[in-house]
Amino acid sequence: MSLYEKPITELSSLLTEKQITSVELTKIFLDRIDQTNPTLNSFLTISHDIALADAAAADQKIQSGQPTHPLCGIPVGIKDIICTQDIKTTGASKILENFVPSYDATVIAHLREISAVRIGKTNCDEFAMGSSNENSAFANCKNPWDLSCVPGGSSGGSAAAVSSRQTPTSLGTDTGGSIRQPASLCGIVGIKPTYGRVSRFGSMAFASSLDQIGPFANTIEDAAIVLDAISQNCTQDSTYQGKPYNYVPKHIHAEIKGKTIGVDWAFIEAYASDEVLANFKQQIAFFESLGAVSKNISIAHQKYASACYYIIAPAEASSNLARYDGIRYTTQKGQEGGLDQIYVQSRSEGFGAEVQRRILLGTFVLSAGYYDAYYNKACHIRNRIQNDYKQALQEVDIIATPTTPAPAFKLGAKTNNPLEMYHADVFTVAIPLAGNPGLSIPTGFNKDNLPLGMQLVGRHFDEETLFQFGHKIQREFQHHTKVPTL
Amino acid sequence: MSTFIPTIGLEVHAQLSTETKLFCRCKNQFGQKPNHSTCPVCLGMPGALPTLNQRAIEFATRAGLALGCDIQITSVFSRKNYFYPDLPKGYQISQYDKPICLGGGLDTELGRVRLTRIHVEEDAGKLLHGDSKANQSEGSLVDLNRAGVPLIEIVSEPDISSPEQAVAYLKKLRTILRYIGVCDGNMEEGSLRCDANVSVRPEGETKLRTRAEIKNINSFRFVQKAIEFEIARQTEIYKQGGEVLQETRLFNTDKMATFSMRSKEEANDYRYFPEPDLQPLVLSQAFIADISASMPELPDDRKQRYMQTYQLSEYDAGVITAEKEISDFFEASIERYQTDDIKKIKKLTNTLSSEVLRIVKETNTPIDRIQISPADLAETMKLIDAGTISGKIAKELLDKIAQTGLAPMQIIEKEGWKQESDPDALKKIAQAIIDANPEQKQQYLAGKDKLFGFFVGQVMKETKGQANPSLINEILKELLQH
Repeated sequence: MSLYEKPITELSSLLTEKQITSVELTKIFLDRIDQTNPTLNSFLTISHDIALADAAAADQKIQSGQPTHPLCGIPVGIKDIICTQDIKTTGASKILENFVPSYDATVIAHLREISAVRIGKTNCDEFAMGSSNENSAFANCKNPWDLSCVPGGSSGGSAAAVSSRQTPTSLGTDTGGSIRQPASLCGIVGIKPTYGRVSRFGSMAFASSLDQIGPFANTIEDAAIVLDAISQNCTQDSTYQGKPYNYVPKHIHAEIKGKTIGVDWAFIEAYASDEVLANFKQQIAFFESLGAVSKNISIAHQKYASACYYIIAPAEASSNLARYDGIRYTTQKGQEGGLDQIYVQSRSEGFGAEVQRRILLGTFVLSAGYYDAYYNKACHIRNRIQNDYKQALQEVDIIATPTTPAPAFKLGAKTNNPLEMYHADVFTVAIPLAGNPGLSIPTGFNKDNLPLGMQLVGRHFDEETLFQFGHKIQREFQHHTKVPTL
Repeated sequence: MSTFIPTIGLEVHAQLSTETKLFCRCKNQFGQKPNHSTCPVCLGMPGALPTLNQRAIEFATRAGLALGCDIQITSVFSRKNYFYPDLPKGYQISQYDKPICLGGGLDTELGRVRLTRIHVEEDAGKLLHGDSKANQSEGSLVDLNRAGVPLIEIVSEPDISSPEQAVAYLKKLRTILRYIGVCDGNMEEGSLRCDANVSVRPEGETKLRTRAEIKNINSFRFVQKAIEFEIARQTEIYKQGGEVLQETRLFNTDKMATFSMRSKEEANDYRYFPEPDLQPLVLSQAFIADISASMPELPDDRKQRYMQTYQLSEYDAGVITAEKEISDFFEASIERYQTDDIKKIKKLTNTLSSEVLRIVKETNTPIDRIQISPADLAETMKLIDAGTISGKIAKELLDKIAQTGLAPMQIIEKEGWKQESDPDALKKIAQAIIDANPEQKQQYLAGKDKLFGFFVGQVMKETKGQANPSLINEILKELLQH
């Protein structure tokens, strides 16, 4: 087994036992990226020098014998929407093509404190808007399991990078499914933490009330380790709730006997493809075989979640993206036509089609005369959805769905049909609206060898129970030991 | 033709004098080098998030309490969306349907003006247009030092019925904000800015007519002039049979005229929605009670107290309390004066308002920056009381203190203003003069009272004007009888 196939838990031991240095390890991953990135396009920036400097610092820390975080010396890929001081951060948008932040996102500051290694910036949909990574202004990212397929989105590059073992872990952001959906499509673990668990400071805002940064990894333990690192204290985000997640292996390894799983069978059967449904049923049966109890539940307002999401998210996005106005960051266009022309031309040329679509949509639903009919109504529905989840999770410990209705689709298959593309989020969009944590775990492969995944949703700040359930599937089926051939 | 009645409402933006900005910890300080008091948050950089300055909320609450508002337990920040180069995020964080204060009002000498609301918001940056003093380049430059400075917007009901009342309201408001220490009220530096909503209607008509909003007026005089102009303009339109348009206008200080900036049709749709980056602002009763307990005395209360305790006239008390600094000067002077004698305090009040405030005006220096200290005024009063100097010399003495910053006694000695108050010495001089002028003495005793002035004059001449006048009178009267 190549070193780059090993999970963080093992790599960390090798580092602390001084069987390998972080510099050596980092070089192995950098080589792997250099080799495979032209095929995958999972990285937009590979930060060789910074990665090696971080690794050297980690080695020094380990050498000094002081206690280290399990992520010390471990390479981390960072979605290019998360600001990194002195490393170009584009949001996969032309309008930020050359933007180098002078500041770190809080999560990056935490990673640097514990001497994790910033290996590079991963590809994504422009400003995290999309479900296939095809809205990146720079390159289409490929699914490592089938290069003709999308990796999912918006954090497609982060998922593909971990799946292809270019990096042991990466950070993504999830607004409507942008971590869980690509994790599922790439056959890895991805978690959207509870809203308020992780600081959003420094993550380019798409929809502020929904966005949350979370990790991708090959194993449950690795995801938990990264969540531990990034959920630490932050004073710069007023929505951060001050509840860091603490990684304790034995909590994750606890048995699930007697725990309850809620399944909204009617909703799932309405949307999931046959192969996805069959796979999902096997997972529920497996949980039951371990003594967990499944219950048929109904999340009454779930059917409105997509509509609600595609009002609230664009509304907030239309405002969040107003700062990219052509006055700063980008080459200014339309100067000869005066101020209005600068705005119109710089933004028309700087933003891609999907981003423009959502800005227009969001501007419309907030406009005088439409606010009550759209934005306000969506907020009311959102409250209902929140209540639905709250009530359901009083009766059951977790709620399970397939992560996506179908496995990875072909590049270009849905680019001309935005509504069909939005549909890829059908099982994931409701969760950020409710604020709950959602975990996607690999559950095997279909007949075409494309990964399938399952979503587990828990109570606010109860990521632990999700990890417990996920760990049982991982322990039994060992899907994470299968590596795509490149 | 009927007369037209104006209706005026004011929206006043007051910069809060907090140490730092509203949503980041950059310094809130006027006059720094452009863009030197900025950070990713107030620059609106990607991913930057606001965190609320509690001090600003304290200040807003203090203002609300001083103006008799209902402080709202829960208020909500909203985004006001519009594009302008001085607005780095493309939206202003403000409060919309749930402001921190509702109601309230203040009394002017021309009547009460009710308040609609007070809300908290962030200021925008400043544009320096090309070919100006601050920017000699061709294009416009953006200075974001002011971006994110905390503001309160104080919105009045349309209760104001004349330009004079508008100015009175504004002056009073400024005084109160300065008293409670939340805003320095410096209109030149833009700490206090005013938008005026003006409409006119024929006498007898009750329904208000279309209003025009005049934006960003930055002095009392301009507020008066802009409103005067606007009333005349609208009245003229109606008299000509026209219609006033609902529009936003600007006041041109060169032409002393308002002109149209944008019409209602061109008005922005600000697409307000609750700011998702900030939790609703929830104040505890204890927080409000604490601020209430720590409120300084307000100008009206001080005025009443001066009228009762010191028996000052309403006019005098008004002059003294018009500025917190004057009132503080007054109180400090009295403390140094150490007297309960109402007459003496009245004399001090007179000297303060006629001499010290004259110097303030002549030197165009605020009272807390002139070289005369409250201790100097108290000392001056004491020296007059003791007869060391004459009351007449006080004016010149205060002028000299203001010019030199020297202590009163130093100046008196230097100038030789010390009054001769030794009765024995004065008796000797007086006796010598009487002896030298026997004729005059005869005539005086024969009934020519006017000659008394002659003797006083001679003594004054002999003492170079430094004799204590009342003492001379006493001594001369006594000596001339013998």
